[in-house]
Amino acid sequence: MDVLYGLVTPFRDIAGSPAFFVEVLIGGVAAGLMYSLVALGFVLIFKASGVFNFAQGVMVLFAALTLVGLMERGVPVVLALGLTVLVMILLAFAIERVVLRPLVNQEHIILFMATIGLTFFLEGFGEMLWGSNVKRLDVGIPDESFMVAGVLVNRLELTAALTAAILVAVLAVFFHGTRIGRALRAVADDHEAALSIGIPLKTIWVIVWSVAGGVAIVAGIMWGAKSGVQFSLSLIALKSLPVLILGGFTSVPGAIAGGLIIGVGEKIGEVYWGPLVGGAIENWFAYGLALVFLLFRPQGLFGEKIIERV
Amino acid sequence: MIYRTAGQFKTTYASDQAIFPIVQDRVVVTLALVAAFVVPPALASEYWLQAVLIPLLVYALAAIGLNLLTGYAGQLSLGTGGFMAVGAYSAFKLSTAFPHLDIVAVFLLAGLVAAGVGLLFGIPSLRIKGFYLAVATLAAQFFLIWLFNKVAWFVNYAPSGTITAPDREVLGVLVTGPNATSGARYVMALAFVAIFGLVAKNLVRGRLGRAWMAIRDRDIAAEIIGIRPLRTKLLAFGISSFYCGVAGAELVFLYLGSAETLAFDVNQSFLVLFMVIIGGLGSILGSFLGAAFIVLVPIFLTNAPHWLGLNMSVALQKHIELMIFGGLIIFFLIVEPHGLARLWQITKEKLRLWPFPH
Repeated sequence: MDVLYGLVTPFRDIAGSPAFFVEVLIGGVAAGLMYSLVALGFVLIFKASGVFNFAQGVMVLFAALTLVGLMERGVPVVLALGLTVLVMILLAFAIERVVLRPLVNQEHIILFMATIGLTFFLEGFGEMLWGSNVKRLDVGIPDESFMVAGVLVNRLELTAALTAAILVAVLAVFFHGTRIGRALRAVADDHEAALSIGIPLKTIWVIVWSVAGGVAIVAGIMWGAKSGVQFSLSLIALKSLPVLILGGFTSVPGAIAGGLIIGVGEKIGEVYWGPLVGGAIENWFAYGLALVFLLFRPQGLFGEKIIERV
Repeated sequence: MIYRTAGQFKTTYASDQAIFPIVQDRVVVTLALVAAFVVPPALASEYWLQAVLIPLLVYALAAIGLNLLTGYAGQLSLGTGGFMAVGAYSAFKLSTAFPHLDIVAVFLLAGLVAAGVGLLFGIPSLRIKGFYLAVATLAAQFFLIWLFNKVAWFVNYAPSGTITAPDREVLGVLVTGPNATSGARYVMALAFVAIFGLVAKNLVRGRLGRAWMAIRDRDIAAEIIGIRPLRTKLLAFGISSFYCGVAGAELVFLYLGSAETLAFDVNQSFLVLFMVIIGGLGSILGSFLGAAFIVLVPIFLTNAPHWLGLNMSVALQKHIELMIFGGLIIFFLIVEPHGLARLWQITKEKLRLWPFPH
């Protein structure tokens, strides 16, 4: 009876104070967009090269560490940002040359493992260069809240949401309006067909890893400003995996929608139903949600339908 | 010359299908096994037994378990740490609730509990595959760890939240708990891994193993030739989780002595997956080689600067270790994507002809 009561009362709470519910909702949307930012990097690389890039999380950490490290040494913000972009492009070149090219045509699981190796390497490398203590990233957006129509809104979360929206718009234009974007989509569709009409696969890979690096910088700035630049940043990669399976591995809008669903579901579940089972369900709730979802739609919300032939 | 198979004729089907059809293999494996039981407990130092050999054997068992699932049945799983935790916690509960239960039975029952949990989390594999499945198994990992953290019943309401191995005997010799000698614990771990290694070797060359490989290679085709995917996949999850569960119980009872959920986090899952891939997917021998590689390399990297007489700060050394470890993994994947077991196979081919070129 107690359990049933615990299951039902949250609905009463929601109806009782809608303003608080909206606050939780906004918090969920903001957190969800942050997950989407990381998931976006995954999707880009998976689409173009079929590599499940586990290192995306550590790329976020690496980008943030580089930016903060440069700023700590007195480099002005704009220059530091430019240098970080340059570093991420160099990284993309290095990864293509050292990791991807020798492993062309290997099975997916081997490439996946290689990116886990890359994760270890980048983690050690980044922390060796810039130190492993927690750093503050100040991008000039105060982490404070203000009231809009009786609802508390956090300025930083609002900025993150806007940034994510702009980023997705830019990526959409890039993918659909430019020559390189079309080439990227062609490669994503079919490697061999793309090669046969003269699209240079290696260049495309470098571009796609660079773009993913750019997305990692944005995600790194947003997460870093929120919770400091530290090792745990690389763990958000794990949190963005359910986002991916919800939205589908190959869909950019899917990454955004998945992020929103996970973020909102997680926050509402934790705030209203969490106490029922002792709290801290945020760690696995997203996975549980994604798992249930997969049972009904194995390819995710927007993923391509899997057609199998023998 | 030494490794020549000329003159070894097979006159019966049984001898043709033996696990080790070549005489030299049989001799070497038997000798190695006897040596493994006798030499280290007598000669190896406390450090070698405790820090190297025991974890190697425990991880080898876990790697065999994951190899059955990922290497043979083709189902990628990242929930190994969670299944190991199930084994460890149920072994703890069983041995404290029934103090008179034999410790071997405790390990086996703990494995069975883990197998049940594995079956449950294997159900999604019927609908999803590949990386989607891998992420789905992460759900098992995080949920199980959360469960053991939250429900105090699992740790007998210990305020510290740790489980500790009690003193238990096999044939009058103390094998678990803080007072057991490392030699006894080593022999116990070795006996388990030897027996279950043999079982696994037989499983994979039997009907079930062939069904697993058919599912791995092309599941729809396998279904058409009459293999039931539901049964086969779930059996793979169940048996694999049994192995991981026993390995998890061993990890606490024979190696660590006491542990909390941190010992079974997601990194543990990745570590075991590394062992399987570096060692060789779909190879029992590979599971041992992979476990040896992953256990030995960090120890080597920790000690190397000391041998070279370099003085580095602890933090710097830790970072360099991470870099080299990651680099080595990529290097090995590039050099031999089929793992150490494949390297060994190539060596065997070469040995067969040596010292002649053809």
